[in-house]
Amino acid sequence: MDLTFSPQATAFRDELRAWIDTHHPGAAPEGEEASFAWRVAWQRALAADGWAAVHWPPEHGGRGATLVESAIFNEELARARVPQPANVLGLLLGGPTLMVHGSEEQKERFLSPIVTAEEIWCQGFSEPDAGSDLAALKTRAVKVDGGWRVTGQKVWTSYAHHAKWCMLVARSEPDSARHKGLTYFLMDMEQAEVVVRPLRQITGSAEFNELFLEEAWIPDENVVGGVGNGWRVALTTLMNERAGLAFGLQVALRALLDELTEVAAARGLLASESVAERLGDLHVRCELLRLTAYRGLTATMKYGQPGPEGSLTKWMWSDTNQRVSELAVELLGPGALATDSRWSFELLRARGNSIEGGTTEILKNIVAERVLGLPRLR
Amino acid sequence: MHFDFTDDQREIRRTARELLAARSGFERVRAVAERDDGAYDEALWRELVELGWAGIALPEAVGGQGLGVLELAILLEELGYAVTPSPIFSNAAAGLLIDAAGSDAQREALLPGIASGEQTATVALARDGVAELVPDGDSARWIVLVEEGRAIVCDALAGGLEIAPRATIDPTRRYARVAVGPGALSLELERDVAAGLDRAEVALAAELCGLAERALVLTVAYVKERRQFGTPVGAFQAVSHRAAEMLLETEGARSATWFAAWAADAEPASLARGASLAKAAASDAGRHVTAAAIQLHGGIGFTWEADVHWLYKRAQVDAALLVPAARHRARVARLAVAAAAAPAAAGAAVA
Repeated sequence: MDLTFSPQATAFRDELRAWIDTHHPGAAPEGEEASFAWRVAWQRALAADGWAAVHWPPEHGGRGATLVESAIFNEELARARVPQPANVLGLLLGGPTLMVHGSEEQKERFLSPIVTAEEIWCQGFSEPDAGSDLAALKTRAVKVDGGWRVTGQKVWTSYAHHAKWCMLVARSEPDSARHKGLTYFLMDMEQAEVVVRPLRQITGSAEFNELFLEEAWIPDENVVGGVGNGWRVALTTLMNERAGLAFGLQVALRALLDELTEVAAARGLLASESVAERLGDLHVRCELLRLTAYRGLTATMKYGQPGPEGSLTKWMWSDTNQRVSELAVELLGPGALATDSRWSFELLRARGNSIEGGTTEILKNIVAERVLGLPRLR
Repeated sequence: MHFDFTDDQREIRRTARELLAARSGFERVRAVAERDDGAYDEALWRELVELGWAGIALPEAVGGQGLGVLELAILLEELGYAVTPSPIFSNAAAGLLIDAAGSDAQREALLPGIASGEQTATVALARDGVAELVPDGDSARWIVLVEEGRAIVCDALAGGLEIAPRATIDPTRRYARVAVGPGALSLELERDVAAGLDRAEVALAAELCGLAERALVLTVAYVKERRQFGTPVGAFQAVSHRAAEMLLETEGARSATWFAAWAADAEPASLARGASLAKAAASDAGRHVTAAAIQLHGGIGFTWEADVHWLYKRAQVDAALLVPAARHRARVARLAVAAAAAPAAAGAAVA
């Protein structure tokens, strides 16, 4: 066991820190449009110096960063409080999925504009009747000359209104059952047959969208991994989803907790043993998450891919993030619930944490079945 | 960055798991627990001493194995896993404290007997010279009492100590109440008591992790076998989700405990935070996971016949020994405030 970073990893961190220091984009501008444009500009700055896709191989515009370096990358972004690149779904999910399942032509066509944020990506998986049970999806793709016509509805689609390409899973064999008969497509969002409607959340803002597809066109060359092989391709995307963001999320959580701790200390609240204990409990949870994530990284390096244990850290993260904003409201009083306080937003936004990217209930199922080997009830 | 054991460390774990499975199965634990005098298995103790376990983390110069706190933690996790009735934990914890906090002369005088297991030691917190519950307090030669940042070593043979065996809910280990009388012979440890106590906390946390792990293993096996409503009860989410929570707590506590043990050996600046993380997390995990084990065993889990109660009882007492988890949590918060005020660390380690 050696929990120190190698000289190479430390050099990577130092270089990145220095780069962020001189390129820090400052605070986000007001408004969703302006904020997204600001993130696109940020990604272009990253890309210009080879920092946008550090975990990608050099031939596709990456640095071939190790898993530890990728973790450091996400930690440093969160530590410096700079945003994720605008095309986060293309970088973390779409690109890596194409590198495994895409044809040479597809890699040639799609990868480079992901890195430069010329083409933004979104993910069309969930449907109104296929949430946790993704294999129940109904969106259907009908074969026509030269391509496919797709009809159905998708939901919880982040970035849909900015996106050029959608990673779409649809049922390409009529009446096929569950995981069979699905195909993974890249769908052009810029067509009249795709209608995007913002989905307003309990926070009042709209990070997500609904997609309405009415005979949307997808040419044959945009099938990824072969017709009927969509479930396997989708699993690659999902595995990257849980593994990729973990380190950034836990540092952002730590920054939020540090902020609460600072405010509480400035108000003299830590003189109270019980307040110190409750804040300390959250610091303990944060550290358990971080340490367990690094243990998982070691296991991933050993076995070549993230294991189901990744479900543990996502669960720890969402649980702790919710506790932080709840404790903030309790310690700071009713002012924390006014909309001019950031805690009011954090409190509401955190409710989504245990739902998005796999509900805690589904994660518990995964842990019970795949880690503990318990039988499943069917 | 490699957050896993080396081959040598794995070998220690494997050896300990196999030996304790053969020599300290639940039937042996039960035999000790049901004895009126609670006496340990002498032959097992001699065997553990011959393997060098009594002094595994003490320097070779005093007769120890010269391995680290991490190797000791691996061993104690296994002893917790087996709930082995033995003075290994109390002796090792006191040894770590004396090694860190004793002067050279004190270390030379005390540690050889501790490392060889011939003159064992134990440690407890005291208030006004009284420690209510000292593990192996009636058999140790040296009793280390920590009070208000000071640690004294009392010689149990020299008189002046009131040592009264005390039965607890945990019959798998012997305990005593110890009071320092006017005539007691004691010497004060001269160096860093806090760092010594933190190492002892890591040892305790390791045992708690082992208890939690065993409780989880027994429970998973049981809920796969036990059938109600025509199906193994482990298929019900009310059961499987609780088992998943047991894993979450167990693995979180292990992450913290291994980190703390590594810090004790390799990065002392992180030991205070690490020890507090470990004790806070392992106390919770130990108590919660063993309690969940009783619940998920249903009625059978509440019987004397089933073995899960040994784990629950040991975990309850372990969690109450040394500094309570609540104080560790408060300490973690205050360390975070202090760290925020200090210049940014270089991020040289996972710590």
